[in-house]
Amino acid sequence: MHGFKQKAVILDTEGIRRALTRIAHEIIERNRGIDKLALIGIRSRGVPLAARLAGKILQIEGKEVPVGTLDITLYRDDLSTLSTQPLVRKTEVPFPVEGKTIVLVDDVMYTGRTIRAALDAVIDLGRPKLIQLAVLVDRGHRELPIRADYVGKNVPTSKKEDVAVLLEEIDGEEKVIITEEDKHY
Amino acid sequence: MPLLRKDLLGLEGAGADEINLVLDTAASMKEVLGRKIKKVPALRGKTVVNLFYEPSTRTRTSFELSAKYLSADSVNIAASTSSTVKGESLKDTAATLTALGADLVVLRHPMAGAPHMLAGHIKAAVINAGDGAHEHPTQSLLDMYTVREKKGGIKGLEVAIVGDVLHSRVARSNIWGFTAMGARVRLCGPTTMMPAEIEKTGAHVYSRMEEALDGADVVIMLRIQLERQQQGLFPGIREYAGLFGLNEKRLKLAAPKALVMHPGPINRGVEIAHEVADGIQSVINEQVTNGVAVRMALLYLLMGGGPGEVAN
Amino acid sequence: MRLLIKGGTVVDPVRGTLEDADILVEKGFIIEVGPGIEAPGAEVIETRGKLVAPGLLDMHVHLREPGYEAKETVETGCRAAARGGFTALACMPNTSPVTDNRSVVRYILERARETGQSRVYPVGAITRGSMGSELAEMADMKEAGAVAFSDDGRPVAGSGLMRRAMQYASMLGVTIISHCEDPGLAAGGVMNEGFTSTRLGLKGIPSAAEEVMVARDIILAELTCCRLHIAHVSTQGSARLVREAKSRGVPVTAEVTPHHFTLTDSMVEGFSTAAKVNPPLRGEADVAALREAIADGTIDVIATDHAPHTAEEKDVEYDRAPFGMVGLETAVGLVWTELVDKGIISPARAVAMMTVNPAQILGLKPVLIEPGAVADLTVIDPELKEKVNPASFLSKGRNTPFAGRELKGMPVLTMVGGKVVYRR
Repeated sequence: MHGFKQKAVILDTEGIRRALTRIAHEIIERNRGIDKLALIGIRSRGVPLAARLAGKILQIEGKEVPVGTLDITLYRDDLSTLSTQPLVRKTEVPFPVEGKTIVLVDDVMYTGRTIRAALDAVIDLGRPKLIQLAVLVDRGHRELPIRADYVGKNVPTSKKEDVAVLLEEIDGEEKVIITEEDKHY
Repeated sequence: MPLLRKDLLGLEGAGADEINLVLDTAASMKEVLGRKIKKVPALRGKTVVNLFYEPSTRTRTSFELSAKYLSADSVNIAASTSSTVKGESLKDTAATLTALGADLVVLRHPMAGAPHMLAGHIKAAVINAGDGAHEHPTQSLLDMYTVREKKGGIKGLEVAIVGDVLHSRVARSNIWGFTAMGARVRLCGPTTMMPAEIEKTGAHVYSRMEEALDGADVVIMLRIQLERQQQGLFPGIREYAGLFGLNEKRLKLAAPKALVMHPGPINRGVEIAHEVADGIQSVINEQVTNGVAVRMALLYLLMGGGPGEVAN
Repeated sequence: MRLLIKGGTVVDPVRGTLEDADILVEKGFIIEVGPGIEAPGAEVIETRGKLVAPGLLDMHVHLREPGYEAKETVETGCRAAARGGFTALACMPNTSPVTDNRSVVRYILERARETGQSRVYPVGAITRGSMGSELAEMADMKEAGAVAFSDDGRPVAGSGLMRRAMQYASMLGVTIISHCEDPGLAAGGVMNEGFTSTRLGLKGIPSAAEEVMVARDIILAELTCCRLHIAHVSTQGSARLVREAKSRGVPVTAEVTPHHFTLTDSMVEGFSTAAKVNPPLRGEADVAALREAIADGTIDVIATDHAPHTAEEKDVEYDRAPFGMVGLETAVGLVWTELVDKGIISPARAVAMMTVNPAQILGLKPVLIEPGAVADLTVIDPELKEKVNPASFLSKGRNTPFAGRELKGMPVLTMVGGKVVYRR
């Protein structure tokens, strides 16, 4: 068994806050307001991030945007290669997606496969007018032709490294770090 | 916690953790059922065979839809045990299904233990969809799902199961399932239809319906097979309905808002009165919907395994 | 050619004694028994530390021939008997055709003579085709070599017919062996009725199904003065009925199988068809009661009810599988492991229950170890441990619930008429 050791802190509490604030502004600007806008967080850490973005948009625009939660397990393309099935949790999108501009929110963008699954999952809920993607960190190494519309921070990484996003709501602490497999662990 | 079994053969010995995993997964599946497009790609390319040696439109359709909603391909084989006497044995059928590339077999069989035997002869996962008087685990899981959804939990509930317990696989699975989840199970029926030493399961046995219903939170009525009369197990429908039928007056003895359940198909006016079957406490139709969600959950949980699958 | 069986402990089941002695055999007969026999030129069989018993007799075997040669033949059954330490056996009439007439009796005897492995004593059917409606020609069969009569495999359901059968048998001086099972109570049952059958959802056979018939047949034996032998007693209640009847002097004897004094119905767990047998494996209280009845003499005989089936027949849904298990090659090991080693019966009594007792019931001259007697011998090594391995069976049937079980006390040499027919 190998452990992971922390190599570098990419974002701290302040860094995460500033990145999300900037993304909130960009979302409003790009879409010329928040009419017909909705946020959908991808489980797990996309969920608190989507909620925070909605909070920031409320501060700026004075209006609430609907927020949903997406579980992409049933859309994964690797189900048959896993030895045991990952837990399926609920998708909760309590608003119609038809005609909406949907901003998918996730913590880290890597191969693009999660986003591919999320796109399918959203489209199965209805036909949005537009789907955009916001991620806190883009670490590169794409395996599909997918690109984020809003990026908190671009972080070049090697494949041996891992990017961990820790959020207060889930992890009890707030930072983004690069870790590497520690063979001496 | 993953479902660490190749097959689902019964609920005897199942733990609350395992049952909860199925019920939680079923809750996620139920959300899919509420969508306009009730289909997810999870089991694309997987093959489910519904092998039914007993006619059962209800259970078979439920499994068939479950497979389709998860994008698996499903095939129905209606077999009869009488034709297999001269024809193919279950063992040979297992070899055929393997050769055809089945990933999961749903088996309904009139003989207890047939799914155990099939599971031993086949690499595919096996779900017991009812074997003789042994078990009907998916029915029990959907019963538990329905109760959990309506009551917010199962622990501490009083669950009464009424009718022909002797021949009921639903009763056996529910005894194990509800007991594992912390409910107290009461059994009630004619003494001629109460199996030997059933109290050793931990269930409490009553021969008077009034006592069994007193304060019950859930009442599960079992179907009475009319041919049992010829076997001398009860003298007649009228007397049976009089002693063990669920009517409005008797239902009042149960806890307020007690749930009325029935695995179907119902003999209206025999084990359950019209007004109770269609009454506000009846969740018989919800059971059917939940059956699809629960079976989707089971197909998903049992069919993931790649080469590293964990044997049961 | 002379054979000297040297250094062993000779078991006398009649006097109930064990004595160190050598045995000298010539031309198929025992010519001398005693300590320190010198026999220059004789072939010596060393038996130090082993028990030398009169050849064992299994009075309840299904040889399956004629008709079911895929399950067993007279030849394979006799070889299995030899490997199990039996020099003789009585075979049940539920063959195809049923052994209900002289020619089938003759056929079986002829086949046994060709095989020459063990002495075979056919049991004839009580009723034609064992159909339970008309009496079979018992006198004719007796004259042809049948030693007792039974419809084993199924009960004689009609009490009136059973009464006539017993009257007729008592006229002939032969024993009726009764398979006690009330068809109404047993109907459709596939295992013992109890918590295990309830859990598995399998139809149970209550103890009462056997006991009702044991009681009936005891009453009829009393009425007709017929010698009655109760086959495969499986329940506490049956043992009690036999004990009570014996105390009143009713001419009744009884047998128990090794599987019934060893195993409980929990063996059916997992729908194991190897454990499907009729009468079914019962509960713990029954096993304890059978052991007690063996100890106090209520039970006269240990017999195997050796019932071979093919692997294909047993590898089916439990309900569909045939009843029965093989027993010839595990019986001595089970008797020693479960009864002798545990102090329930002495070695001499164990031997008596498989020699003189069944011989007397079948009206056969008991085999003894004394000068002038036929040299039918079984040598048992009471210390030899062996795991049951069905693949090594000489029976065609491998249907045993004992696979993998370690037994202590195994037959190591079987001699029939001075000829060694099996050596472990």
